[in-house]
Amino acid sequence: MNQRSRLHVPNPPARPGDKPDFSYVRLSPAGAVPKPDVTTPVGEITDLANSLIRVLDDNDTAVGAWNPHVDAPELQVALRHMMLTRAFDDRMQKIQRQGRISFYMKSTGEEAVAVAAGMALRPMDMLFPAYRQQGLYVVRGRSLTDLMCQCLSNTNDMCKGRQMPVMYHWAKGNIFSISGNLATQFPQAAGWAMAAAIKGEDHIAASWVGEGSTAEADFHYALTFASVYRAPIILNVVNNQWAISTFQGFAGGERGTFAARGPGYGIPGLRVDGNDFLAVYAATQWAAERARMSGGPTLIEHVTYRAAAHSTSDDPSRYRPKEEWQAWPLGDPIVRLKKHLIALGEWSEERHTALEKELEAHVTACWKEAVKFGTLTEGPFLDATTMFEDVYKQMPPHLARQREELKALRALQASIKPGSSEEAELDAQTQSVAKEG
Amino acid sequence: MAYMNMVQALNSAMDIMLQRDPRVVILGEDVGYFGGVFRVTDGLQRKYGEHRVLDTPIAEGGIIGAAIGMGVNGLKPVAEIQFADYIYPGFDQVVSELARLRYRTAGEFSAPVTVRTPCGGGIRGGQTHSQSPEAIFTHVSGIKVVMPSNPYDAKGLLISAIEDDDPVVFFEPKRIYNGPFDGDPHKPAVPWSSHPRGEVPEGYYTVPISRAEVVREGKDLTVLTYGTMVHVVEAAVRLSGFDAEIVDIRTMVPLDVDTLCTSVCKTGRCVVVHEATGFGGFGAEIVATIQEACFWNLEAPIQRVTGWDTPYPHAFEWEYFPGQARIAQALKSVMEAA
Repeated sequence: MNQRSRLHVPNPPARPGDKPDFSYVRLSPAGAVPKPDVTTPVGEITDLANSLIRVLDDNDTAVGAWNPHVDAPELQVALRHMMLTRAFDDRMQKIQRQGRISFYMKSTGEEAVAVAAGMALRPMDMLFPAYRQQGLYVVRGRSLTDLMCQCLSNTNDMCKGRQMPVMYHWAKGNIFSISGNLATQFPQAAGWAMAAAIKGEDHIAASWVGEGSTAEADFHYALTFASVYRAPIILNVVNNQWAISTFQGFAGGERGTFAARGPGYGIPGLRVDGNDFLAVYAATQWAAERARMSGGPTLIEHVTYRAAAHSTSDDPSRYRPKEEWQAWPLGDPIVRLKKHLIALGEWSEERHTALEKELEAHVTACWKEAVKFGTLTEGPFLDATTMFEDVYKQMPPHLARQREELKALRALQASIKPGSSEEAELDAQTQSVAKEG
Repeated sequence: MAYMNMVQALNSAMDIMLQRDPRVVILGEDVGYFGGVFRVTDGLQRKYGEHRVLDTPIAEGGIIGAAIGMGVNGLKPVAEIQFADYIYPGFDQVVSELARLRYRTAGEFSAPVTVRTPCGGGIRGGQTHSQSPEAIFTHVSGIKVVMPSNPYDAKGLLISAIEDDDPVVFFEPKRIYNGPFDGDPHKPAVPWSSHPRGEVPEGYYTVPISRAEVVREGKDLTVLTYGTMVHVVEAAVRLSGFDAEIVDIRTMVPLDVDTLCTSVCKTGRCVVVHEATGFGGFGAEIVATIQEACFWNLEAPIQRVTGWDTPYPHAFEWEYFPGQARIAQALKSVMEAA
């Protein structure tokens, strides 16, 4: 008998050059998972954390107890939102490749996670997304032009040039600021939900993290606080299998589901087909109703696949098979909803192609509008001296002084054309500015 | 000798230490199979196996906490925090544990952990990929703090850090990973092969921790700086025409007070430059130290040139970055003070 311990190091089933292998993804047939009443105690529904809630079956039909019975016009809106999200992502990626924005992150393949949740929640519910839920902005109707202006850091940028692309926020739309640091929004969302309960409101909070980020302590803080105070919150884990190069086994996905983290904290865990619009919609609806009835938090794991690179700085061909997405057992959320609508007689390939063209034209029009407010390289430019604003509500004297210093420096630089004879006078002028400063 | 950029030099340092010392292990996010988002650990897992070069969960507190435990159990962990901006979830483990373990156990326990982390701006990284938090760590007793400015020093200092029995936080200015950067983003990038300190021995050598280096001798004034700013200061000095002495501090804690003060006492004038925010910054410690040791030799007030006291703004990084113009202004101002 081996009496020595041996370190286990998780490895994904396939690396570049290997055949994709998703046999580790545990599936349930569509319609197979029972739907409990929203008041059911957590201890009686732990199975939901280890099965997979699915509504759309292989024949593109909605089946089972979790079918939310969304009517066809609403489904067409959902399809449009998902397609617009994808068209927007595709365009911004191209624009980044042209060097016109510094960075971008696509949500390709995960559109249903954000769009279905956004549609199942109420406008006054507060959303605390991570950086791959742009679909929430599409659902809540923020203009793509505004999102593009943020990515451009231009004169119409909601962040005034202070944040990297995709780090949006929208107070009026009840969507919290996206942080570049991981999982920080999770406990904050729990606190927001606690405040809603303290104030006796019926608004709830929803937050999203990637499965990789569940390793951060913030994830566990959120579950503890949400559970202890039965905060009205939906805690979403988007399990897209990859955290940059690190596969989900490194976040603890090898020997348990992410949904199963919930019951350990006294929180129901639902494991959901994240590429099935109807399943995500139904699970969100169930959790929202439970939260509004003082039933407390729900953890939802959305099983999906990050079809694109982590970001424009990433190259996934270095660490996973190129054709992995084609082999993903849960398909493409847009194709699946499209086929369902066609099966219902409420959609057609022709209408789909026409809508694709319409949305592409819309994205183009938004881009044309956005660049009017400037780009990183072409004016109009934001005034750099605004960087000193909003550090505090009122600018303290040391920042006011620094702002004047920068103004003087910029005035000096503007007065000197590179290579001109005036440049030789720089010394004297610099000296006088330095003394005034 | 070979030309290496800073990424290759750091990789070589870890390669050599993994080879020389079976206690050395590397851990961090994406560092194993992928070789790190900046490629600093490229090929090391393939060469030494996944028990020596470990991919970790995304949990900086977990990475540093686990590194401490490994260190207590006889290993020499080199932990990578992917960006210095992400180090804060591990801050409690650094401040309350790593820094004080030797002290609170009267030497019975200690953890020889090296924490490597890329820092600094100039890559359009916005406020979460651009920070220079070195001063926060210099304020903590019990850890050494290092920031190299070139491939030669990077390799020699990292080997020293790994061999050191005390914990070291090792900042890597990522803007100069691939070449020296003089602060002008409009100029074409320059490779390290064009710089004398891009020439790096392929084998083992060390650069001692706690030694600053005079990188340019001069008699008019002294500029004290480190990291990326060493190269920006060199360019600003050329622009200004002054015969400045430039000292690369290299190690912030323990500080090489002698080298700094010898230079300032010689020239009588001093400018301190760093990229991090000024208020409560490491420059304040330098200025206080110089003032105590060199007051009677000073001919002018010491000036600091630093990042503004705001978060690092994405769109305005070159207005934020303390570039050649601001440094040249300070040099003139210090030279022309009575």
